[in-house]
Amino acid sequence: MEQLKTIGRELAMGSQGGFYQSKEFLDLVKSIGEARSKAEEDRIVLGEIETLKRRVSEPDIPKRKMKEYILRLVYVEMLGHDASFGYIHAVKMTHDDSLLVKRTGYLAVTLFLNEDHDLIILIVNTIQKDLKSDNYLVVCAALNAVCKLINEETIPAVLPQVVDLLAHPKEAVRKKAIMALHRFYQKSPSSVSHLVSNFRKRLCDNDPGVMGATLCPLFELVSTDVNSYKDLVISFVSILKQVAERRLPKAYDYHQMPAPFIQIKLLKILALLGSGDKQASENMYTVVGDIFRKCDSSSNIGNAVLYECICCVSSIYPNPKLLESAADAISRFLKSDSHNLKYMGIDALGRLIKISPEIAEQHQLAVIDCLEDPDDTLKRKTFELLYKMTKSTNVEVIVDRMIDYMISINDNHYKTEIASRCVELAEQFAPSNQWFILIMNKVFEHAGDLVNIKVAHNLMRLIAEGFGEDDDSADSQLRSSAVDSYLHILGEPKIPSVFLQLICWVLGEYGTADGKYSASYITGKLSDVAEAYSNDETVKAYAVTALMKIYAFEIAAGRKVDMLPECQSLMEQFLASHSTDLQQRAYELQAVIGLDAHAVESIMPSDASCEDIEVDKALSFLNGYIQDSIEKGAQPYIPESERSGMLNISNFRNQDHHGASSHGLKFEAYELPKQTVQSRIPPATLASTEFVPVPEPMSVRESYPTTIVPSASSDAESTELKLRLDGVQKKWGRQTHSPATSTSSSTSKKTVNGIKQVDGSNTSNSSTWETYDSRKHVEINSEKQKLAASLFGGSSKTEKKPATGHKISKPSSHMVEKSHVRKSSMEIASEKKALVHQPPDLLDFGEPTVQSSDPPSVDPFKELEGLLEPTTQLGSTAAAATNSPDIMGLFTETPGGTHNKDDSDILSSLSKQPVTNMVGGATSTQVAQSSKGPNRKDSLEKDSLVRQMGVTPSSPNPNLFKDLLG
Amino acid sequence: MGIRFILMVNKQGQTRLAQYYEWLTLEERRALEGEIVRKCLARNEQQCSFVEHRNYKIVYRRYASLFFLVGVDNDENELAILEFIHLLVETMDRHFGNVCELDIMFHLEKAHFMLEEMVMNGSIVETSKANILSPIQLMEKAS
Repeated sequence: MEQLKTIGRELAMGSQGGFYQSKEFLDLVKSIGEARSKAEEDRIVLGEIETLKRRVSEPDIPKRKMKEYILRLVYVEMLGHDASFGYIHAVKMTHDDSLLVKRTGYLAVTLFLNEDHDLIILIVNTIQKDLKSDNYLVVCAALNAVCKLINEETIPAVLPQVVDLLAHPKEAVRKKAIMALHRFYQKSPSSVSHLVSNFRKRLCDNDPGVMGATLCPLFELVSTDVNSYKDLVISFVSILKQVAERRLPKAYDYHQMPAPFIQIKLLKILALLGSGDKQASENMYTVVGDIFRKCDSSSNIGNAVLYECICCVSSIYPNPKLLESAADAISRFLKSDSHNLKYMGIDALGRLIKISPEIAEQHQLAVIDCLEDPDDTLKRKTFELLYKMTKSTNVEVIVDRMIDYMISINDNHYKTEIASRCVELAEQFAPSNQWFILIMNKVFEHAGDLVNIKVAHNLMRLIAEGFGEDDDSADSQLRSSAVDSYLHILGEPKIPSVFLQLICWVLGEYGTADGKYSASYITGKLSDVAEAYSNDETVKAYAVTALMKIYAFEIAAGRKVDMLPECQSLMEQFLASHSTDLQQRAYELQAVIGLDAHAVESIMPSDASCEDIEVDKALSFLNGYIQDSIEKGAQPYIPESERSGMLNISNFRNQDHHGASSHGLKFEAYELPKQTVQSRIPPATLASTEFVPVPEPMSVRESYPTTIVPSASSDAESTELKLRLDGVQKKWGRQTHSPATSTSSSTSKKTVNGIKQVDGSNTSNSSTWETYDSRKHVEINSEKQKLAASLFGGSSKTEKKPATGHKISKPSSHMVEKSHVRKSSMEIASEKKALVHQPPDLLDFGEPTVQSSDPPSVDPFKELEGLLEPTTQLGSTAAAATNSPDIMGLFTETPGGTHNKDDSDILSSLSKQPVTNMVGGATSTQVAQSSKGPNRKDSLEKDSLVRQMGVTPSSPNPNLFKDLLG
Repeated sequence: MGIRFILMVNKQGQTRLAQYYEWLTLEERRALEGEIVRKCLARNEQQCSFVEHRNYKIVYRRYASLFFLVGVDNDENELAILEFIHLLVETMDRHFGNVCELDIMFHLEKAHFMLEEMVMNGSIVETSKANILSPIQLMEKAS
């Protein structure tokens, strides 16, 4: 019996017009639906791929069958498997005469291919043909494909046709043509820059759908260039006014809101246009105020529009009355039980707070509730708000909270974001350097590898430069506290690389500066680091350089240096390292240790990281050497400026002899390794004395190429080059000196950057520490008030209401909603009346339609005013016949009893609907059925089908196929 | 851009419909779907219907066993997207009558056709149910 029912359902499905489906397709869908695990699903799909591979290549497949195969391919890709073997068949299907088959073909192609796929070129032709079709549905299908498949290069192939279609008699075509143009604009603004005026024109389209669609490109245009669209402010305001006054066809209503999605788009555009423009904003005040009043704050969509109003108000030139309305709306959001509304409220608060900072105070407890909510989304939004309202008075509390949260999460993306926010706030508002370093340590410790390396460099600079204004003792205190904290942190397991680099640098620079720690202690720690993180070359490099500094300081101070055995073994290891950088550093260290105190002091002065390094850019110390080389027959160096001058035709001959400069480097790169072996070691030490004393971390990389430099210009090399490439040598030979240029440029890069800005409001450090410590140990819950006070500055004088006071008891809110629904159904009735009255009223505006069809000469505003009225007229004549009764029916059909349907009771639908178990579900479907008589049979059939498919209530997911809207 | 993708996924995390408005490779889609579905399915009913994910947000809504997930840019109005999902469901409901997961599975192309009418280039372009459904009804009649 049940089987029969299923068959009936299948037949019913199969017989839906041309949407014919075979048993095979139904079986596939059923088996996918029944799959209990991803593995099972994969198995089914893999089998399906095999079947399809065989089937699609059979000859003479009927097109309905083919359409089905293509849909099965869509399934295959949707479930994550490659169906590229069938793409070509989808492409072929776009040629079909049958609209349905063609559109399915286009659909599949848009799902399968990206705009740069090779097969696109085959489709462009079909698209061109279809754009000319008499059947507007074919044109629409082609335009859909245009939006998805046309890339920058193929735009010209379809552009003229798309432009022609902007004036198509069918509004559906005009709408899609506008969107195609929008797409072209997104892809390549220059290709349609001359057509941008079309968007303005279409804003005045008779059809509200076309007008609504045109808002999308206009929004983008306005956001890239506000000033060119200021003239449209009045038009947008007038459209918004008409929409809010329900002048659009009822078909655009959604839950009794007139065209809310269009309203939202318009509000977004107005927000852009009114930003920082008093005059433009003044035009908007009235209509935005009206919408504030009209919005139904008991429905989701009403609140969505309200939220957009708040965004608009906080963006345009401020108006006290509107700000007040916005503040009211925000407090309603925040006091709501719905997490969604709280989220919107917090977001809106963050926007408004820039204009009226005092508004936050009345919501402090609500904000803290959200901050402590277990819902991560809400929490993050609240952190965003806190970030926006950080001042020097509350920075410690906020950054502390952020760091605690940062430590608790695993999501790297967000961790990075919150870490960079902590850094930013700390840099901007830090009350003291100690605090700043402490915060940075925490950030590095827990998110080190996610933080930009520049942050570490900034911190190094801060430690090196100290406070600037203060005396040296404060600086050295800062440094020794940093050293203390780092030595402590080194005890922890697994420290991020960036942080280790920072630690090594600070220890090398200041580890022994205050005499608290002995050189052997610090060097021991450093070699521990190098050993423990032996696969991190950068850290090792920092550690070796730090070791060198410590030893150099020791030697300079006249103490005897005893290298620890672990350091020695480490050095031996590095001297043979595969990394040339490490090798070089190790050799440098070795060389420095061998020098006497005087030499060491001049190459590695202590506490000189902030000193400017004098660079002899002319490399005058090499003069004698060069003189020698030239005497021995080397080519003189020709500066680059002169070389480029050779490109002159007059110098052509010359060039022939001396060679073109552009290729010189290439040849040299091949020749180089040979001589570096020959003369590596002496130049390396030479280089070290010159470049290494730069303790700046940035120099790590840059010092590297210097090793090669002196060797490259060595005598042996030039002669050897001559021997090996005698013909070529004449051409490229003088390039031997070019490395010298590269040296000078690399050294000149090392400029000591500007001084870091730290907010110098040094409010008593000791109290800072106290509050920090106490905060750590006290229970947060009891501290809520205090937290509020510290966050919001005010001593929580307002809002003594307990947190639960916000919560309106559920039943009462239901009552409100019920009564509202009744009221609104009455409204509908009255509107129905109004609708009857409308046509004659609108007919008065009939004339302007004629006026609007000869646009260019007419004043755009006037035109627009004239045009939107006809819109409504059009809607009420055409749509009143078809659409309006329909939508009325939807609401009148479901009187009093059905407000547990989603339409009316949004709040409960959001929170309760998903909870529906079998019992609750059954009752609600019954209600739905009583209101929707004819559907009962359908759902019975569905029920039986579901059972037939093996989804019995005992299965893990009893309401798997329950009606979506039940 | 606005909307980046629309997904329909059931409670077991199986994709029932996927439409992307920016190109992602098969692998990227697979990874993305796995990631966000896991995220959304783990949430309870009291929590927000919004989830931040990388540099965009996901607005989701559950109907019986089916989740509707819409990925949007950060400046999009989340509540409006939430209602857009409901509008989509209402539209499908009007067409199929008491729409259920199976309707979408059996008529995947129709569900896509509806989306094609409602969203283009990642923007909402049509919200009138009559306008959304009329091409589909015409096609049914024609063939």
